[in-house]
Amino acid sequence: MHSPYMITGVLNLLAASLLLISFAMLSRRRTQRLITLFAWQGVVLFASTCLVGYRADLTELYYSAALTLLLKVIALPWILHRLIHRLGVQWDSEPLVNIPATMLVGLGLVIFAFGLAQPISRMATTITRNTIGIALAVIFLAFLMMITRRRAITQVIGFLAMENGLFFAATSATYGMPMVIELGIALDLLIGFFILGIFFFQIREQFDSLDLSNMESLKEE
Amino acid sequence: MSAITIVRQLSEVVLAIAIAPLFGGWIAQCRAWLQSRTAPPLIQPYRMLRKLFHKDAALATTASPLFRMTPYILFGTMVLAAAIIPSIATDLTFARAADAIALIGLFATARVFQSLAAMDIGTAFGSMGARRDMMIGFLAEPALLMVLFNAFLLSGSTALPSVVDVRTMHSFFVDPSLLFAAIAFLMVLLAENARIPIDNPATHLELTMIHEAMALEYSARHLALLEWAANLKLFNYACIGFALFLPWGIATQGRDGGVALAVAVGALLVKLVLAGAVLALIEALSAKLRIFRAPEYLAISFLLAVLGLLVHLLLEA
Repeated sequence: MHSPYMITGVLNLLAASLLLISFAMLSRRRTQRLITLFAWQGVVLFASTCLVGYRADLTELYYSAALTLLLKVIALPWILHRLIHRLGVQWDSEPLVNIPATMLVGLGLVIFAFGLAQPISRMATTITRNTIGIALAVIFLAFLMMITRRRAITQVIGFLAMENGLFFAATSATYGMPMVIELGIALDLLIGFFILGIFFFQIREQFDSLDLSNMESLKEE
Repeated sequence: MSAITIVRQLSEVVLAIAIAPLFGGWIAQCRAWLQSRTAPPLIQPYRMLRKLFHKDAALATTASPLFRMTPYILFGTMVLAAAIIPSIATDLTFARAADAIALIGLFATARVFQSLAAMDIGTAFGSMGARRDMMIGFLAEPALLMVLFNAFLLSGSTALPSVVDVRTMHSFFVDPSLLFAAIAFLMVLLAENARIPIDNPATHLELTMIHEAMALEYSARHLALLEWAANLKLFNYACIGFALFLPWGIATQGRDGGVALAVAVGALLVKLVLAGAVLALIEALSAKLRIFRAPEYLAISFLLAVLGLLVHLLLEA
């Protein structure tokens, strides 16, 4: 029961649960559940970053883990919850999602991501190189979620989940980006999120709903 | 084949037959508590069986011999399945003779007979229930197979006892792929045993019923055997789950003397108590799905199991 083996095992487990949460997000209809899942994704990300930091002995990673905890587990879900309360859509669910088909496409994406990541992981030297495929798959799945959903809020959650995937990819491929870049991304995320929050209200004022397909009517003939 | 193996095999089968209704009763009790009702006593299922065995059986005039035979066949297949599944020990005569794929075939046999018997009388409810059950079955079976393949990949064998042996020997640790497989298995277990997201075991005479619809024409000892077989089926599924995901405590080959066996029985009881509470909690928290949502539910379970295989291939390669 030696420690490096244990840590790699736990990291693999965390990576797998990240993928699991991504699939759960893909199959959920209710907005509130999605936010909870997003927060859980942040928790898993926090744990895995801490572990990689401990294993690789990098203090930097602890900072980015703390940033993850603050931003993605506490701040953003809280803001999202308040937002859907203020928009009055907390019990909203999306009707037109063919879940088995989406899941099937998701499965195809996972296979694609795993295949794509294989040469990269062979070159990488980090202990987490096996999980690069999973990180890529999480990104693709978040992409898929943004494509299949029609409501503005769920698309934004998809966008945030994609950032989670990118973050995880960075940690597993190169032990994270430099601190400056990471801080920049976090700030961007927060600002972008605020702007999108304002957009929600604008969209609702224009169309009386958050369904983005309404935006089609803005086109000129 | 030594005498001790036979003793082990016999004690396992007898234990399964004896405590399967208890497990069902325990789940019902937990459910009642969670719904803040007064719970029925734990031995309620046994009283029910006793009452049913003392009644006179009534048969429809159109019933064929198949209809009469089915309760016995069902009960027999479930007892045989209990003999194959390593619930307390792995060195079993029957378990060596049949692997997990044969086990699924056994469950399929039981399903076919139950559906045929339900259609035999010719009532609308019976054939409706049979058709629904076949639909659930054909979707749940591949998912269950995929779950089993996850475990087979880890242990390199299709026999459940070797899966348990390998897992207890050098794996104190949860493999990532088993995380997916466990969730998929839980979904299949709920679907296959007519539990709440797919079917409500507490309904009677409702348009949404599946398992009850097939047992509607049975009475007295036939019904008792059917109920007992249903309890055994749930018990068997729980034991498959323990063998795949929580094999700790099962007496493995070479370490299965009297003490180890006693420990195994104790571990099994603890696991059953916990599993029953978890099942009741899941049922209390979730709502029954519309029947047309069932394919979606089972497709998700199938995909999760496939995902487990993929994750295993990626992370272990």
